[in-house]
Amino acid sequence: MFYREAGDFKTTYKDDNQTFPIKFDRYRYYAVMFAAFAVIPFLINDYWVNAIFLPFLIYAIAAIGLNILVGYCGQVSLGTGGFMAVGAYACYKLMTGFPEINLFFHIIISGGITAFVCVLFGLPSLRIKGFYLAVATLAAQFFLVWLFNRVPWFYNYSASGQINSPERSLFDITITGPNADAWAKYLFCLVFLTVLALIARNLTRGTIGRTWMAIRDMDIAAEIIGVNPLKAKISAFAVSGFFVGVSGALFFSVYLGAVEVGEVFGINKSFLVLFMIIIGGLGSIFGSFAGAAFLVLLPVLLKNVLVGGLGWPTDLAAHLEFLIIGALIVIFLIAEPHGLAQLWRVAKEKLRLWPFPH
Amino acid sequence: MKKLATLAVGAVMAASPVLADLVIPSLSYRTGPYAAGGIPFADGYEDYFTLLNERDGGIGGVPVRVIECETGYNTEKGVECYESTKGEGALVYQPLSTGITYQLIPKTTADDIPMHTMGYGRTSAANGDVFSHTFNYPGNYWNGASGAINYLLAENGGDLSGKKIALVYHNSAYGKEPIRTLEELSSKHGYELSLLPVDHPGQEQKSQWLQIRRDRPDFVLMWGWGVMNQVAIQEAANIRFPMENFIGIWWSGAEHDVLPAGDKSNGYKALAFHNVGRDFPVFDDINKYVVDAGKAAGAGDQVGNVLYNRGLYAAMLAAEAIKTAQGIHGVADITPGMMRDGMEALSITEEKMASLGMPNFGPSFDVSCENHGGEGLVGVAQWDAGSKTWSLISDFAATDGEVIGALVEADSSAYAAENNIASNCS
Repeated sequence: MFYREAGDFKTTYKDDNQTFPIKFDRYRYYAVMFAAFAVIPFLINDYWVNAIFLPFLIYAIAAIGLNILVGYCGQVSLGTGGFMAVGAYACYKLMTGFPEINLFFHIIISGGITAFVCVLFGLPSLRIKGFYLAVATLAAQFFLVWLFNRVPWFYNYSASGQINSPERSLFDITITGPNADAWAKYLFCLVFLTVLALIARNLTRGTIGRTWMAIRDMDIAAEIIGVNPLKAKISAFAVSGFFVGVSGALFFSVYLGAVEVGEVFGINKSFLVLFMIIIGGLGSIFGSFAGAAFLVLLPVLLKNVLVGGLGWPTDLAAHLEFLIIGALIVIFLIAEPHGLAQLWRVAKEKLRLWPFPH
Repeated sequence: MKKLATLAVGAVMAASPVLADLVIPSLSYRTGPYAAGGIPFADGYEDYFTLLNERDGGIGGVPVRVIECETGYNTEKGVECYESTKGEGALVYQPLSTGITYQLIPKTTADDIPMHTMGYGRTSAANGDVFSHTFNYPGNYWNGASGAINYLLAENGGDLSGKKIALVYHNSAYGKEPIRTLEELSSKHGYELSLLPVDHPGQEQKSQWLQIRRDRPDFVLMWGWGVMNQVAIQEAANIRFPMENFIGIWWSGAEHDVLPAGDKSNGYKALAFHNVGRDFPVFDDINKYVVDAGKAAGAGDQVGNVLYNRGLYAAMLAAEAIKTAQGIHGVADITPGMMRDGMEALSITEEKMASLGMPNFGPSFDVSCENHGGEGLVGVAQWDAGSKTWSLISDFAATDGEVIGALVEADSSAYAAENNIASNCS
């Protein structure tokens, strides 16, 4: 009734190609952006930011990055944790080595460094595919974690091998460290997420995204129609690496503040981000958000309901959390193998026809 | 984003009731790879406060409320736990994880909440001049490393030159802590140190123990936690390494670490900064007021275990600090800031422990503004596989304060310079 193209006239090609062609979607998008930038910062406290929003925003960046590689270009990667560690350690070295440069640029440069490392480990993808590539990226995961544990230069020769993020500010507002305000940390990450999501959305709609998808769907056919597999695959690794690196840098500097590589960026992290995009929906930007939200928010919600609301013992609640989330993942994937993004898509299709489905 | 909003609205957050109580958060881990160590500690910690509530009606007339939060030894969950409990008026944090400790050191300082990392965490936090809100009395890892070497010195007639000592350690911040001290001591006492890292979680140690079999070190020290301990002791038994020459840190010396290896673990030693066993009057009260009343934390089957005692000891020190704070400020319902003052003025004497039903349970020590680490006395316990008991074979003895003091000074002043921390005591 209110959700349809009819009546929403477009007179230019630019309008016709916009991300949200339906008026309702567009307003919803503006409303979400308004709420995220202008309402939430005034309402949140430390708990909401540190336990809910920061992990969601940062994991969403990582999920978008991995989705570009796995969902759009079809190159399976199990090295996300290792690549996030590259971003985090690059950020640490830059923050301590060049304290006069702003943190904002450090995070961008960390992303660039990660992109480079990611391309290096992506080179085998020109020869190997599927599971074999997954194993090669798995090697990257273990190698990188080992490297950051083994070489003291990366953690500035500290006794314990931990890296700690020093206090840094932007426009005289503290962003990292214990004295940073909740809203400042939130907005800093939100800006990164918004800009990166816009870039990802537009990359995947353009030529480069189409070459990725061509490679994903059938690489031989893509080659025949003139897609250069070297360029397509390497660019996917580079862009994905950049996103994952930025998320790793934010994860370390803004969110945790102190990181130990084996514990924080272990293989579990790679799987977590991979599950996010599988549950959210491969090859969908919205899916990355939905998957990150699902796996970050649901455990916190369950914990608060079971322990805080019902007063159950913490260990029982923690075990039940595993059960419930595991069961939900299985049910979701049986009901909709293409993830939450597909459910969303189907819902929108139905809404277009509503209330006259036939 | 829409989904986020829906979920956020649904999130029920426990509102804090405005009652006079002393809030003690217990950041425990009863799940995950380190649960075997986390459960007894959390039980002991909670049981002691239950005892105080049931027997004495709290501390200074104010009941204690323990809020448990499951971290699973995971830093991200640790953050969530910290943020969700700090608003309730949490008096002191004891995260029982080096990773979470490192993260909370700056946060607790900014929020004016003290943190007690008893025998773990950042060793140089012993320098209270730099680390105003972090305490690690009665002993830290560098005391432990030095205590082990002192014990070996005593066993070998005061001379370790030419001996080979291997350190098997958890390849993390925690396991790396003693290395610098052991290196310093090696140049002082002339032993040869070899380092054998074991990666998380430590189930795979074949290559490390193969190397030990080849190099034949005279002594093996271990900094392990969780499943790593059991595997190491089993592997040591497999290569027939003499157990009496194998010394673990205090986190590698609980019942569940040695039991899987059966009789072969007989004679294994571990460091200790508090006493073992249940031969103390306080356990009668625990049985009477807590266990028999059906109020024991967890399954209630851990009473008297090494790590249960450690939880009990941690809770006792926290309770004594609360009493000290109440005395200083003349208020029964203290704030976290007052708690910090109480911890800084804490003095544990033999008489005090005896009056609590815990005679000789730990070393006596005093905390001051400059020294947040106590005197760092370390004892050694040995496992008897026949009777399945630990017993203290060497009483709490002093460690090499000269070497440790210099290292603490160097590390903490580097931290102070990095983070622009002004002197806390002057």
